[in-house]
Amino acid sequence: MTTTTASAQPGERTVGKSSPGTARGPRRRPGRIRRIGLPYLLLLPALLLELLVHLVPMVIGIVMSFKELTQFYIRDWTTAPWTGLDNFTMSVDFDAPVGEALLHSFLVTCAFTILSVGLCWLIGTAAAICMQDAFRGRGLLRAIFLVPYALPVYAAVITWAFMFQHDNGLVNHVLHDQLGLTDKPSFWLIGDNSFVALLVVSVWKGWPFAFLIVMAGLQNIPKELYEAAALDGAGVWQQIRRITLPSLRPVNQVLVLVLFLWTFNDFNTPFVLFGKAAPEAADLISIHIYQSSFVTWNFGAGSAMSVLLLLFLLLVTGVYLFVTSRTARAPRNPQERKTADV
Amino acid sequence: MAAPRSFTWTRRVFLTLLTGFVLLPVYVMVSSSLKPLEDVSSQFHWLPSNLTIRPYIDIWSTVPLAKYFLNSLIVAGAATVCSVVIAVFAAYAVSRYEFRGKRVFSVTVLSTQMFPGILFLLPLFLIYVNIGNATGIALFGSRGGLILTYLTFSLPFSIWMLIGYFDSVPRDLDEAALVDGCGPLRALFKVVVPAAIPGIVAVAVYAFMTAWGEVLFASVMTNDATRTLAVGLQGYSTQNDVYWNQIMAASLVVSVPVVAGFLLLQRYLVAGLTAGAVK
Repeated sequence: MTTTTASAQPGERTVGKSSPGTARGPRRRPGRIRRIGLPYLLLLPALLLELLVHLVPMVIGIVMSFKELTQFYIRDWTTAPWTGLDNFTMSVDFDAPVGEALLHSFLVTCAFTILSVGLCWLIGTAAAICMQDAFRGRGLLRAIFLVPYALPVYAAVITWAFMFQHDNGLVNHVLHDQLGLTDKPSFWLIGDNSFVALLVVSVWKGWPFAFLIVMAGLQNIPKELYEAAALDGAGVWQQIRRITLPSLRPVNQVLVLVLFLWTFNDFNTPFVLFGKAAPEAADLISIHIYQSSFVTWNFGAGSAMSVLLLLFLLLVTGVYLFVTSRTARAPRNPQERKTADV
Repeated sequence: MAAPRSFTWTRRVFLTLLTGFVLLPVYVMVSSSLKPLEDVSSQFHWLPSNLTIRPYIDIWSTVPLAKYFLNSLIVAGAATVCSVVIAVFAAYAVSRYEFRGKRVFSVTVLSTQMFPGILFLLPLFLIYVNIGNATGIALFGSRGGLILTYLTFSLPFSIWMLIGYFDSVPRDLDEAALVDGCGPLRALFKVVVPAAIPGIVAVAVYAFMTAWGEVLFASVMTNDATRTLAVGLQGYSTQNDVYWNQIMAASLVVSVPVVAGFLLLQRYLVAGLTAGAVK
């Protein structure tokens, strides 16, 4: 989605510019051609840095996944013996402990991501729609809603960790002491409840981004659409269903993908909430791989798991982009849809 | 448009609940930071019975918070400046020029967004150590290495957003500058950059927050001298005691600059997102 946004627009513009009716065309400026090297020069710093910090390490990571890279070889990783696909077969052998744990962690991450992205989207969209019309205190409320987004992750998550404490936390105080909902204070940061705790923190921290993007998207919906719909007798709920939500579709396609990738790869939240070893019920994949690499010192296996993770993300993103770009070919302009509806 | 009652009431209830949810941790942070250690270690109470500002004094001596603060400021500040400058150049090239490999560049840069950080943590660590051994440039454990790493984290999103923003600046403006004899770089800085200030501010805010909040690389790639706040705050829990009141006070202190800055500049961020990301 993102890539098409970036490249499609300049393409469209070129078509428009070189059409005979346009006065200024690239062809009329020969100096342009002589400066052909300039775009590359401008891109060079970005390219070099992405190469050094992302692409080269990624290639090395893939190479490492084929090696038996334990603590004995970490001083000079190139001397580690090749093991072929051993790391991979070990990772996907779901009957053995390593593979079983990885599969479990993967499933936990999937469930967590679906719930978190869904809730973030839902809350963010609802809040943005509620704030579409001007009312007193809207500016203040918007500022408040952006606080979770602005707070540094570790400060926010550490506060949640404090609230989830067994003996001195707010959550148990409210649920047990004040409301009497539980027989005895629960543990939130270990055991099965940790999944809930992680989800709450993740949604708290993530929904303002959805809010921000949807709010920006709402500004692009022409007011006339609502006015016309109101004239036709459509109520607020109908307007939301027939105009707002369909118009937001292109925005949502980007938003959901970005939220998915961020949530699936999130390391900071579980790491600050639980520390180096997450409880089994909240064992997100990035923590699991960190644990496999840095705590048990098997970097080859950790790399193999990372590569598998990357392949999965590529696959999901590819399918997602394919599906959304196909549905995007259906009439997307709200104006067209509106006339079709009315 | 007169909204029906059902809508106004749903809205009122929903927004109230949401405000409570959002502000709950903020309240806990503020109120607990004003309690003595005995109070935060025992049962939670909504209202502090013994108010004290002691935690705000102690945080600076329990751990070298000022040093961590300075490190975070240097790292996040430098990463932001570098990231914005580099993104401006790259986005200008993509927005204003047709060239071979443009699509490949966009795809490559943007796809780095999907890499799990854990995938290149160890290789990057090895690369930095090797560069250090070969050239004597200390990247591992230094602020420089962290700056280099962080600026690439925000770069793809920044480039993507600035391309959208630059596209929305009418081409006629900088083409007129080119006709007037400006070089392309002068046209960029005299015309395009000033017109795209909201987008650039938005990108800078994003880059700063990314760097200020990063935990994984900060915990692996720093040492005693270069530790940032993300790691430093862990120092308030010792084997015997967890100084929750100091943790809350320190969290508040490290949050105030970013939250204040963000709220001041949030208009730009919304404007930047409208023009850049949402199209």
